[in-house]
Amino acid sequence: MTAAMSEPSSHAVRPAIAVVGLVKSYGANVAVGGVSFTCARGEVLGLLGGNGAGKTTTIAMIMGLVTPTSGSVHVLGADMARDRYTVLGRINFESPYVDMPHRLTVRQNLTVFAGLYGVDNVKERIAQLASDLDLHDVLDRPSGKLSAGQKTRVALAKALINEPELLLLDEPTASLDPDTADWIRTHLEDYRKRRNAAILLASHNMAEVERLCDRVIIMKKGRIADEGVPTDLVARYGRANLEEVFLDVARGTEVPA
Amino acid sequence: MSIAAELTGGFSGARVFALVRRYVYLLRASWPRLLELIYWPAVQMVTWGFLQTYVMQTSNVVAFGAGVFIGGMLLWDLLFRSQLGFSMSFLEEMWARNMGNLLMSPLRPLEFVAALMVMSLVRLALGLGPVALLAIPFFGFNVFSIGLPLAIFIANLVLFGWAVALVVSGLVLRNGIGAEGLAWTVMFIVLPLGCIYYPVTMLPGWLQPISWALPPTAVFEGLRAILTTGDIRPGLMLWAFGLNIIYVSVSIVIFLLLLERSRVAGSLVQMGE
Repeated sequence: MTAAMSEPSSHAVRPAIAVVGLVKSYGANVAVGGVSFTCARGEVLGLLGGNGAGKTTTIAMIMGLVTPTSGSVHVLGADMARDRYTVLGRINFESPYVDMPHRLTVRQNLTVFAGLYGVDNVKERIAQLASDLDLHDVLDRPSGKLSAGQKTRVALAKALINEPELLLLDEPTASLDPDTADWIRTHLEDYRKRRNAAILLASHNMAEVERLCDRVIIMKKGRIADEGVPTDLVARYGRANLEEVFLDVARGTEVPA
Repeated sequence: MSIAAELTGGFSGARVFALVRRYVYLLRASWPRLLELIYWPAVQMVTWGFLQTYVMQTSNVVAFGAGVFIGGMLLWDLLFRSQLGFSMSFLEEMWARNMGNLLMSPLRPLEFVAALMVMSLVRLALGLGPVALLAIPFFGFNVFSIGLPLAIFIANLVLFGWAVALVVSGLVLRNGIGAEGLAWTVMFIVLPLGCIYYPVTMLPGWLQPISWALPPTAVFEGLRAILTTGDIRPGLMLWAFGLNIIYVSVSIVIFLLLLERSRVAGSLVQMGE
């Protein structure tokens, strides 16, 4: 893949993400108020929280799109405040807040992003992604004329174009029908196993989180309200599933003793 | 990251090429965009060409016969379109909600700027090249007959256009797409102050220093000198070039500062109005 994708072995034990004391304030409004966590290599970490909990801002700070008020973000060992360009070629993301240029065909869009990420053998890579994500029929269609499910698969293809070691996904299956969403989740599971990739997944779909995530962080009002392995959280809260745990946290229900 | 780090970091021609390819794909996919490139310069050329022909028949002022109007129009349009060509490619990313994809990719800001500069030249060539050629048979004005000085005029105008476009793009990044109107209007301040169709001496005395602080003023003074007397005034071109070095350097720093301010303000996440 890219030259930047190989890294010194001394970095191998460093976590994919290490966030320490992350704060983002807009005047008196605190969007993220002192968040610390790590995401290990190969781990799928869920980032949960209601609307306005600070998930998207946290992801944006991890990607370097928003500058933290204080705190630090290290991705694959690099300080994102100083050295983000040393690792941006090894990570990628999918978010509902961005789009692919509508007039370009899927193939053209993927070609452009392959160039930006320094991917070798672009045609082979696009052919592989088309095969993996069932995109053959849409490769030469304008990206703006695809269905929601097709757009999501194309966005995922863009996110995987450089075979990232760290994938940040913000609501990857939102607005998809159950079949397509399941298909996407299966592909993410396969990719994670194949590449030992770390995935940070922000989602409101608790079934999706329980299925994909090794560990979850639940945010509330810009802070971490709770965290743990999904099954442990469910047991600790004495609930039937993660959705009930989420509701307990969101509504401030006391954890049963 | 600091501005110094942004300026001294690595630079990849391959990434610039990848982004240029994106804009070329876009132009190829849209005939209205291609038509728009040539439509307005052609309308301007015809209008000023007829005006010049009319004035030539009713006046004996040598400047009219020498092509000062149509030459001024062609170079004014080149200035405006060098800025607009840069700004339009930039705005395409805002309209397409693609800026986040670019800014979270390995593409560095200076590579982004370089790609926008390349596209500005491509759009200029596509839009003004045919119009300049059409002016020869229609109105007997061959701008290419100016020779080497023309290349220097063009270089100076394009550099100034990019300087303005960089500041406008930074303001759009910082303030959202609501600021896009600047891309269409800000250059028009040069129309009166840059003395495109009349000498600097026509301006009030207090306004002349301001006019000379704009590189296009020196270019259009130089153009008039060549067309009316055949004099080549290298001092004017050196003055314009010196100013442009300052303007382009400062505008790059302003663009990077506004980009950094956008990261601090969080405006890159919300790219709307």
